[in-house]
Amino acid sequence: MHNSSRRGFMGKAFGAVAGVGVVGSLVAMKKTWDPLPSVKAAGFTTLDMSIYPEGELITEKWRGKPIFVLKKTAEMVASQTESQKARDVVVGDSHFMIAIGLCTHLGCIPGYNAAEKSFLCACHGGQFNWAGEVTKVPPPRGFDIPPFKIEGNKMILGEAGPEYQAMKDSGVTL
Amino acid sequence: MAHFTKATSVKDWLNQRLAIEKVEKVMASEYWIPKNINFLWAMGMVLAITFTLLLVSGIFLLMYYQPDVKDAFYSVNYTIMRDVDFGWLWRHIHGVAASVVFLIIYIHMFTGIYYGSYKKGREMIWISGMLLFVTFSAEAFSGYMLPWGQMSYWAGMVITNIFSLGGLHMDGLVEWIRGDYVPAQAFLTRFFMLHVLLLPLAIMGLIGLHFAALRIPHVNNQDGEEIDFDAESKKYLAGDKAGSKVMRFANDFMSKDMMVVGIYLIFFFYLVFFQYGFALDPVNFDPADGLKTPAHIYPEWYFLWSYEILRPFSVNIGLMAFGFAQVIFMLLPWLDRSPNAVPASRRGAFSIWFWLLLIDMIVLTAMGKLPPEGIFSTIGLVAALAFIVLWIALPFITMNEKKA
Amino acid sequence: MKNKEPLILVVVVAFTLLTYWLVEPFAHSQMHKHVESQNFAYADLAPIIKTGDAANGKALVTGAAACIGCHSIAKDGVPAGMDAVTAAGSYGVNPPDLSNAGALYDPKFLADLIKNPAHALNVAHKFDAAKGQMHPMIAFAGAGGDIDQEVADMVAYLQSIAVKADELTPKMAFEEACGRCHTMKYENWTQLGTKPEFKFEKESLAYDIKVLEYQEALTKYMGKLPPDLSMYFRSRNEHFLSTFIENPQSQLAGTAMPRVGVTAETAHKVIEHMADAGDTKRHERESVGKNVMIFIIIFAIFALLWKKQVWRDLH
Repeated sequence: MHNSSRRGFMGKAFGAVAGVGVVGSLVAMKKTWDPLPSVKAAGFTTLDMSIYPEGELITEKWRGKPIFVLKKTAEMVASQTESQKARDVVVGDSHFMIAIGLCTHLGCIPGYNAAEKSFLCACHGGQFNWAGEVTKVPPPRGFDIPPFKIEGNKMILGEAGPEYQAMKDSGVTL
Repeated sequence: MAHFTKATSVKDWLNQRLAIEKVEKVMASEYWIPKNINFLWAMGMVLAITFTLLLVSGIFLLMYYQPDVKDAFYSVNYTIMRDVDFGWLWRHIHGVAASVVFLIIYIHMFTGIYYGSYKKGREMIWISGMLLFVTFSAEAFSGYMLPWGQMSYWAGMVITNIFSLGGLHMDGLVEWIRGDYVPAQAFLTRFFMLHVLLLPLAIMGLIGLHFAALRIPHVNNQDGEEIDFDAESKKYLAGDKAGSKVMRFANDFMSKDMMVVGIYLIFFFYLVFFQYGFALDPVNFDPADGLKTPAHIYPEWYFLWSYEILRPFSVNIGLMAFGFAQVIFMLLPWLDRSPNAVPASRRGAFSIWFWLLLIDMIVLTAMGKLPPEGIFSTIGLVAALAFIVLWIALPFITMNEKKA
Repeated sequence: MKNKEPLILVVVVAFTLLTYWLVEPFAHSQMHKHVESQNFAYADLAPIIKTGDAANGKALVTGAAACIGCHSIAKDGVPAGMDAVTAAGSYGVNPPDLSNAGALYDPKFLADLIKNPAHALNVAHKFDAAKGQMHPMIAFAGAGGDIDQEVADMVAYLQSIAVKADELTPKMAFEEACGRCHTMKYENWTQLGTKPEFKFEKESLAYDIKVLEYQEALTKYMGKLPPDLSMYFRSRNEHFLSTFIENPQSQLAGTAMPRVGVTAETAHKVIEHMADAGDTKRHERESVGKNVMIFIIIFAIFALLWKKQVWRDLH
């Protein structure tokens, strides 16, 4: 009797030890599935916002997507409507249009016409203005804005700062 | 050690070591099948044959396929389709079989529901079958990623996004599954691993379980008849083949299985050679492009009904409805409160329930593919609600069913 | 007990076909608008009424109309003014060699193209004269005589030097009508022609860079790089390709692709070449398919006979 309960106990103890091994292996397996450090590092793009020339569209890349950066000229800033101000990104005393450079219709990359300060999507003729708003259908909404965080003169794409959160909450971007 | 004698023949030699005669009896010649079954009972064999076709064609595709985002599309569409002799044949067989296997699974499933083949004693058959359905779904989805065309990429994007679980915003989980922020190299390689190793292993294990689960309760029959297998098999072995209610699996039932398989293969190869568009979507012949979304994104036809249960609702409710649809079939043996293991036609209200469910799932399937606009989205919503209501109503419908 | 199998079969087949019809023909008819083919009639273009004189046309093409300022005519020994990459840099796309234009394109289209390129090509929406945007091909304003006669002469000349319709292979049709904008990687085709075999990697890379330079100019001109067409035969259906070639705007309003103005015959050959690239083994598939069907029917008959024999004892 004594013997068999002891055997029962040792059986359970052995099971518990084996269980520790299983849990340990599962942790290792989970970690093996994690995104690689190189992938993660590429998920955050830091932009130095002081280098952009006024009125010129620069295309950056973040997580495989094109990111439009347009430093607004003084007259653009002066002429902004309320809805355009809501999309405005201010870093220091510069104003920017920051957007994921994909047409919200079917995801083509619109081209920028510097003379007209507007975007034209070659796929189905959708148009956007310099503030990122849609001016001609089919696109259902203006450009989406990537999550960003402002730190001094730098902007980190991929991290949601308070300015971005405010835009998201107010429905300016999805 | 067991006692071995000098073998009198190769068969005897094997018999002493592997008991092949006994195995043959258990698996085939004295595996008793009721006689009163129709061709729907051959769907198991049809599935086994289709799975074999998938396995064999898959082996040859694996010899040339390259799981690399830069080379995958080329290796499929150039190397396999143009260079490899008969490469196109293996690909067409693989693609068409992957689609047709679901048609047969659905027929097999609805046969089980109609004849009550999940009732007391047969629950494990039903559960192992549903697990097979789930693993086949995962196998189909992971395989669909591999050609790395536009539909592969965007279906991968949309379906893995489901794991953010709506309002819970579990983007970390999505990224963990993908191994990246978007479907990319890590995603393709791990789905390749799942498709060619882990999931096929699971499927083969589950097929074993499914067959084993059948052995003790025996196959159901089309009349809901209680058969005394011991007595009937004795009658058969005594020579009264015509009078017995049962027959051998091999060659008796097997010959009928093969007849159905023969007819099925005519249909199957017609699809492979002349009508493959439904299984090899044209959109997937455009290479994956993360910067360009296709005009319409839809899953393969066999996922449409559950996709449509997800779609008409707001994100969170849709996900709950979707989760409901995934597990509810599994619970059928307990939701059906009636002990009657007879055809639906003799079960009154359950019969209506059965046909309504079938029609509702076809409506969901159709709406899942159509663009979610206007009348289609209304029909989709109604059908999705009807699906949920039908399942909630099932225990109440069957509770008071009279003994048939 | 009566045999229920025929009824069950009917039910299974009926539900299967219904589901198939709903998710395939019906769903696709709702997702894609149907564009009716006009059989390459180009009804919006005026027919040529004058009878052209090829000799006079030649004089115009190589003289007063100044075509050869930009176009080469290899057949008549007129070389290109500049290489393809430089030409693309200047015009956006390399102007085509005119040797076979008379065979590739519809004569009405050629006539309209000479007089008003943006109109014939159906790209007027891309060029706003008020903003100084001009189609790179300069419209022919007449050489002093009757302009319709002059245009008819030029078209007659182009037709006289072009290959005969039956000598125009699908490959030629594709390369000459589509190949300056579209690549076809599976056929080794780049916008600069078939990529040669190079012995040294450096030479091969140098060629690729030239292609990239050409593509850069083309992208700027078109708004986006025209797609590679290797697999288009399978990613689009034949009807789509045919109606798209006839009038790209009908399928994809606002697209940068011009109407190319090919004849029905040329379009047919272009599509055949696309089938050769994207569905190379289709002939083999059809013949193997027939044999497999014959075999599998015999297989099913034998299975049926075996079943009948086994089951004779069971009843």
